[in-house]
Amino acid sequence: MNTPLELRPTLPDERLNSVIKIAILAVGGQGGGVLTSWIESLARNQGYAAQATSVAGVAQRTGATIYYIEMAPLGSAMPVFSLAPAAGDIDIMIAAEMMEAGRAIMRGFVTPDRTTLIASTHRTLALSEKMAPGDGIASSDEVRAAAEIAADQLILFDMEQLAIDNGSVISSALFGALAGSGALPFARAGFEEAIRASGKGVDASLRAFGAAYARAQSDTDAAPAASPVTRAEQSGEQITSQITSGPKDLLKQWQEFEDEARSLPCPQMALSGLRKVVGFQDLAYGRSYLDHISTFAQQDQGDGRLAEAAAKHIANAMCYDDIIRVADLKTRKARFLRIHTEMASGEKPVQLTEFFHPRGEEIISLLPASLGAWIEARPRLAAWIDRRLNRGRRIRTHRLRGFVLLYVIAGLRRTRRRSLRHRVEQAHLHAWLTLCHETLPQNYECAIELLQCRRLIKGYSDTHARGLSKFARIMAVVPALIDRDDAGQWIARLREAALGDEDGTDLDGAIKTVMSFAHPAAQAS
Amino acid sequence: MAERSFKKEVEHLRAGSGETFTGEGILAITKALLENGVGYVGGYQGAPISHLMDVLADAEELLGELDVRFEANASEAAAAAMLAASVHYPIRGAVTFKGSVGVNVASDALANLSSSGVNGGAVVIVGEDYGEGSSIMQERSHAFAMKSQFWLMDPRPNLPSIVQSVGQSFELSEASNTPVMLMVRIRSCHVTGSFECSDNKRPALTVKDALANPQRDWNRVVLPPMSFAHEQDKVNTRWPKAQQHIIDQQLNEFFGPKTGDLGLICQGGMYNGVIRALQRLGLADIYGNTDIPLYCLNVTYPLVDQEFLQFSKGKKGLLLIEEGQPEFIEQGFSTMLLRSDLKVKLHGKDVFPMAGEYTGQVLLDGITAFVKQHAPDLLPGQMRAPNQMAPSLPDLSQTVPSRPPGFCTGCPERPIFAALKLAQQELGEHQISADIGCHLFASLPPFDIGGATMGYGLGPASNAAFDGGGERRAISIIGDGGFWHNGLSSSIGNMVFNKADSVAVVVDNYYSAATGGQDILSSRADNPTKSTKNPITKALRGVGVEWVRQIDHTYDVTKMRAIFHEALTTDYDGPKVIVASSECMLNRQRREKPQRNQMIRLGARMEVPRFGVDEDICTGDHACIRLSGCPSLSVKHLSDPLRDDPVASIDQSCVGCGNCGEVADAAVLCPSFYRADVVHNPTRIEAWWAGLTARLISWLQDRRMAGQIQFSEIAR
Repeated sequence: MNTPLELRPTLPDERLNSVIKIAILAVGGQGGGVLTSWIESLARNQGYAAQATSVAGVAQRTGATIYYIEMAPLGSAMPVFSLAPAAGDIDIMIAAEMMEAGRAIMRGFVTPDRTTLIASTHRTLALSEKMAPGDGIASSDEVRAAAEIAADQLILFDMEQLAIDNGSVISSALFGALAGSGALPFARAGFEEAIRASGKGVDASLRAFGAAYARAQSDTDAAPAASPVTRAEQSGEQITSQITSGPKDLLKQWQEFEDEARSLPCPQMALSGLRKVVGFQDLAYGRSYLDHISTFAQQDQGDGRLAEAAAKHIANAMCYDDIIRVADLKTRKARFLRIHTEMASGEKPVQLTEFFHPRGEEIISLLPASLGAWIEARPRLAAWIDRRLNRGRRIRTHRLRGFVLLYVIAGLRRTRRRSLRHRVEQAHLHAWLTLCHETLPQNYECAIELLQCRRLIKGYSDTHARGLSKFARIMAVVPALIDRDDAGQWIARLREAALGDEDGTDLDGAIKTVMSFAHPAAQAS
Repeated sequence: MAERSFKKEVEHLRAGSGETFTGEGILAITKALLENGVGYVGGYQGAPISHLMDVLADAEELLGELDVRFEANASEAAAAAMLAASVHYPIRGAVTFKGSVGVNVASDALANLSSSGVNGGAVVIVGEDYGEGSSIMQERSHAFAMKSQFWLMDPRPNLPSIVQSVGQSFELSEASNTPVMLMVRIRSCHVTGSFECSDNKRPALTVKDALANPQRDWNRVVLPPMSFAHEQDKVNTRWPKAQQHIIDQQLNEFFGPKTGDLGLICQGGMYNGVIRALQRLGLADIYGNTDIPLYCLNVTYPLVDQEFLQFSKGKKGLLLIEEGQPEFIEQGFSTMLLRSDLKVKLHGKDVFPMAGEYTGQVLLDGITAFVKQHAPDLLPGQMRAPNQMAPSLPDLSQTVPSRPPGFCTGCPERPIFAALKLAQQELGEHQISADIGCHLFASLPPFDIGGATMGYGLGPASNAAFDGGGERRAISIIGDGGFWHNGLSSSIGNMVFNKADSVAVVVDNYYSAATGGQDILSSRADNPTKSTKNPITKALRGVGVEWVRQIDHTYDVTKMRAIFHEALTTDYDGPKVIVASSECMLNRQRREKPQRNQMIRLGARMEVPRFGVDEDICTGDHACIRLSGCPSLSVKHLSDPLRDDPVASIDQSCVGCGNCGEVADAAVLCPSFYRADVVHNPTRIEAWWAGLTARLISWLQDRRMAGQIQFSEIAR
């Protein structure tokens, strides 16, 4: 190679190490633009050359958006900065939401040799997570685990909540965390100056900034931040405690029930279930709940799974959603207090509008069972009633008239046991529990899964009907599976399929699969 | 009024010689236009140059002072046609729109303009919407320059270069009597930086002056035989003149050593990315001083043979860094090399991918591959044999959900599509075509409505094959923006003329909303310089639509569904057009929220609505979300161990639009939604009455509680 080039392999220009590369990944509307301009003006005021870019456009409408900043100490000329972040070449990655942190890691913007990852642990759920009929929420723990491997320095806490607590928005908390991380070679005062110079909501921004700064500083000094509140922690009873009150004679009886529930293999769940059932109807209803779950609890093989499944799902089944329950919940004092707190209304009056759309059959189902059944047996009469009643109703419960209407309906609780709805629900409960009991001696796992299938029945009107139908389809498969060791797993799979999509097409597919191996003979013929 | 106001920034446009301007690329371009004595400006909004239109609109006062005419053109075609003023008159004109879709729309005018040739400098500033963040099909505007023979500038993405290129574009245009397209990429439009200002210049000849002295030259008319002469003139005169001008004015730039074995050639817009890759390889320093000769094409069309061949002389390997497909520049250079005696190996799309954005990693990989092939010793040891293993990370691809854009909180289009989804549940699935605009988000979950988008204002036109009707009528969507852009004639006129037995829905949110909320003819705001408040329904009747239904509150889902039902089942077999109007919530909130807060401060009575969900009543099946997708309507886990599935919940960002309650009612979902109106500054009687009612309600509640077992939770 006759090279006229006086070129030799050289190491990258050392001055390049002075270039600081910051990427910000946010959800449209989170104020990523404000944060970017703060960082930019901070850098310029500190004698740095800085360049920022963003990709505006439709992503600003609630989509994932990225901002990018490069800066370097002013020198003899303007450095050539890149306009886009490159994988493996980011010093500071700011993610304004937990899954966006995950996205940053996936895109290679977080590397252990250099990247400080500053991320808020709160979640802004993506539509796909919210749409699933069951639980579609992505796991923050997986992102956290990846972040701990990928990042050189990690600042991770709920900056959204911190911002709200300080009356500000997340951009100021992120800016505070950036300052507190020490990843930029600038003093705190410079950051605060940038906020002041922007001139909008300065006091609140500075408060949130300060709180986040302190939190980030303590994180960098000490061990990694405490985990965010996980689901398990949330549901634990350490957060709240229960107070029971009422007439003395009832309380005495309750105490006996409570002791009985506490003696079961799943005391916590049984107690929650008992409270729900008694709250739904009365102590006598609680008695039959305890009877139902005790028969399962006695057959529990020791780990409490069967008892727990029974305690949970029987309670939910017994507390069906009829108009009486809705009216009861809507007229409770605790609800009014909660709404006033949520709306932060203080002394100001709050006007409440409830959106009801009862259908004829829901109203017929409140009637005494025999009368209700008599009407239902006459479709033309039922349709006539439906036409008269089936329409949207806006009930204003801050007014006496609207409130009393619901209050009176809630009072129908006393006659509920005689209603058609109750008869139907009891028959359904009985059929389900009978199937579970029959399955239990043959296939323990399968019985647990069958209990859990009750989760499919929820909602009102069409949604409720769809849930019932999915539930029924799975129950119908049981005879074909009962002899198999993996029957439980298959039921669980069917349930997951049913929870995955609204129309139940996934479920039908899964059932076909099951039937293909469970009944090969039937297929062949 | 546009979504983002530049009133404050526009003041910086008055800066003169000796002052430094610091800000966004878009503003810098506007400033450069003023410094170059532009006589008229116009364009049509669209990412990434929407803000350029907003800046121009906000700068109208300043433009007026300089006698510069600003026109918010009806479409890109209208904008390009406006450049006709520079055909006969020596006036500099500039228009802006997005590429490549805006260029598509403008192509008729651009082709005629290019054939005629220009007298005054005519510049089209095209925001090339390509790569990450783009919302359109991935194509190059480059092809249009080649077919019509206008010139294409692609400046280096820093403010001084972009500003300089504006003046250079005008000069190149005037020197070669050819319009020039100045291409700025997405990130260049929003890149920040500084440049030294010059004084703003009044146009030498204003449009008003020109009107006083009309001129015409029939040689410029695109009719035979002149059109044949134009073609010859393009290749024999204008092209060589342009090439000579590019050489003389050094529009293209050379960096690095004068000689060398290797050479790099890049589009101006790729310069920073290329330098970053070289920096990472140790082949360039922080200021971009490169060890490998670099030929930077700030003019990407026409290519200049002399410059290229001179650069290639004595080199063994060349790498062309050309983003986008096909490889027009590479083909041009290849032809030049074939016709020369040079024995240099030209690389391009062999080491680089043919398609897709040239990101940092792509550039690094491509340049590394080229250097490895021709001079492997140049690479730092680590590149030749990386010894550091990347840590293995957990795979998050199944965890992290995608986050496509969607309707904003409180968007008035949401209830339209909820109603359409409900109507389809009743009447079955229909053939639905979509259009360009925010309403296109309906094609994504949760609505899944509409398939094809054939272009702006072409929604109903793209359903024309189904205009004959059938068992189920075809439905098409068009926005108010698309309606005025092109839809009235191409879509609605087409329906009327062909007696279409189909349904069109005009989604009217009072603005060109997706592009940033610019005013259009049917906007309901007062706009001192534009004519607004021209009803869409009037235009519809004017072109002969007889079946028109107007709804002025889209949030009434039940009514909206009834209108769909009527349109889809009526016996009337002509075109049926539904105009669904409610103001864009983003714009409405921006306008009303400060006013409302001000009124509350002043002590006026105000009701502020917000929605909520009773979590005990919500059963967690999320049917409401599948009919909404509102960002403020989310789900959350409860602490109740009995509940497996998260329940719906509405956060602070709710604007109380009412969609939740309406949908719950129309779809008979569930009674968990409630609306809470907080009354600020209630009247004295009202407060007294509310207190009395609350006490009575409280008494009733206590009365019931007394007879029952109560469970209450307290926080520990």
